[in-house]
Amino acid sequence: MSLKHWSVWVLALWILAAIVASLVDFQPNQIHLDLILAKPSFRHLFGFDDLGRDILPRLLAGAQASLLVVALVTSITASVGIMLGLVSGYYGGWVDHTLMQMTDVFLAFPGILLAIAFAAVLGAGLSNLILALCITSWVGYARLTRAQVLSLRQRQHVMAAESLGASTPRIMLKHMLPLLAAPLLVEATYSMAGLVIAEASLSFLGLGIQAPNASWGAMLREGVRYMLIAPHYVLAVGLSLMSLVLAVNVLGDRLRDYLDVHG
Amino acid sequence: MMKRLLGIVPVVFGVVLLTFLLVHAVPGDPVEVMIGESASSADRMQLRADLGLDQPIYMQFWDYLNKLAHGDLGVSIHSKKPIVDLLAERLPATAKLALLALSFAILIGLPLGIIAALKVNQWPDKLANLFSLSISAMPHFWMGPMLMMVFALWLGLLPVSGMESDAAIVLPALTLGFGLAAILTRMTRASMLEVLHEDFIRSARAKGLTERAVILRHALRAALLPIVTVLGLQLGSLLAGTVITETIFSWDGIGRLLVESIEKRDYPVTQACVLVVALLYVTVNLATDIIYTKIDPRVRFAS
Repeated sequence: MSLKHWSVWVLALWILAAIVASLVDFQPNQIHLDLILAKPSFRHLFGFDDLGRDILPRLLAGAQASLLVVALVTSITASVGIMLGLVSGYYGGWVDHTLMQMTDVFLAFPGILLAIAFAAVLGAGLSNLILALCITSWVGYARLTRAQVLSLRQRQHVMAAESLGASTPRIMLKHMLPLLAAPLLVEATYSMAGLVIAEASLSFLGLGIQAPNASWGAMLREGVRYMLIAPHYVLAVGLSLMSLVLAVNVLGDRLRDYLDVHG
Repeated sequence: MMKRLLGIVPVVFGVVLLTFLLVHAVPGDPVEVMIGESASSADRMQLRADLGLDQPIYMQFWDYLNKLAHGDLGVSIHSKKPIVDLLAERLPATAKLALLALSFAILIGLPLGIIAALKVNQWPDKLANLFSLSISAMPHFWMGPMLMMVFALWLGLLPVSGMESDAAIVLPALTLGFGLAAILTRMTRASMLEVLHEDFIRSARAKGLTERAVILRHALRAALLPIVTVLGLQLGSLLAGTVITETIFSWDGIGRLLVESIEKRDYPVTQACVLVVALLYVTVNLATDIIYTKIDPRVRFAS
């Protein structure tokens, strides 16, 4: 089977794992002092970390946290970004000008720099992490929606709806949004892969989810510290992260090809 | 070009405003957060006055702009040094790292992309695709430690971290460069594929040029333009990537300065680092735009 096919299964597995981990308590924070940095074994597939905690349940808890952040940030930023993009593209004029100027400012901060800065001043913790990522990730949706709306405005079915006296919200939601769904879905998928990395990056810097709660970023940082004597720790976390990001990216590629979205 | 230059003004203003507001996003009293509860009330008053926090917010912003225009970024709370000096100390290290990373990316990405385009859908193309896909799934904080583990700890070829020897730059530069190389591979492949179908390539072949001349002189030259634009844009992610990469490899650049300032809650330094990196990025983009219009005759004559 090729990469294309198993990527969906990998993604499904992580989502399932996250759901199971939120229903069943695998005691990710339980400490076994006699098993500090113990190597993987048949009973404990990924071994133990530097505090003697079983790595597998912590990986699941980390997946749960990561996917929760991604889901929340995506739903918030997509709604806000799409709404702003619709308004900007439909009304044009100074509204459009101001909003696009704003997106230009946000895009002037490369990568996750602004998220790092906001997470730093807001203080560590899950809700501030989500807030920092929300502040910085609505821009892509707004730009994409706006660009699409500009071309959709010229479509005949939109003009017909306008001349029949349909209200503006109706035109936006019923006549434009359905046609935007495909490119937005592709954008959302790629942005989710970015968010998984962003969440882990912030946690890696100590700005995200706080100890003792598990997060992949923080686990990686700890794993790097014990890389020489217990490589299984950093490998388990890194490969998990990589498999999730790869799966989401491949899903994005497949969606793009399937929905025939260009750009 | 004048229009492009003027267009940058509101963006720069917005960037300055947003970074100014950063310190005001600190929940509660920033002074309390920065110097902790053990400080005396006189110290607090002093810091409050130094930061101008006892003034109305528009006055603070005016002050901030005014100082900025004179090249004054304030003073570090922790080391009491002017922030401009701190940045000037660290900037060369980051620039060196970024340039080497860029060179690595070009050396890896360009040939890989060309080969992938020439052997489209054959095994070299598939291999290049696998390379760029897996690299894009490897964030810097995972790529860095892996390279460190293999090249420094197992093979012992390169220093683990620090800046003592010249070779110490190789691993952090590779960490940053690989990510960009993945993007460059994909871009080069796509751009080359488009160009290879053009009539002038057929003409070049028809007049009996060697395949090497057709690819390098005719196809690559035409394909390079969109690649230059992407490279300019991606230089930004390279700059952002220095934050984590420099931290991992103890490389004393701006990225590490930013992380240190966050750990010490030295927010004026955090603010300055973010501002400088963003302004650098805006400048690089502007330069890319200008170079682009200069080297592409089609764009030059259209405007």
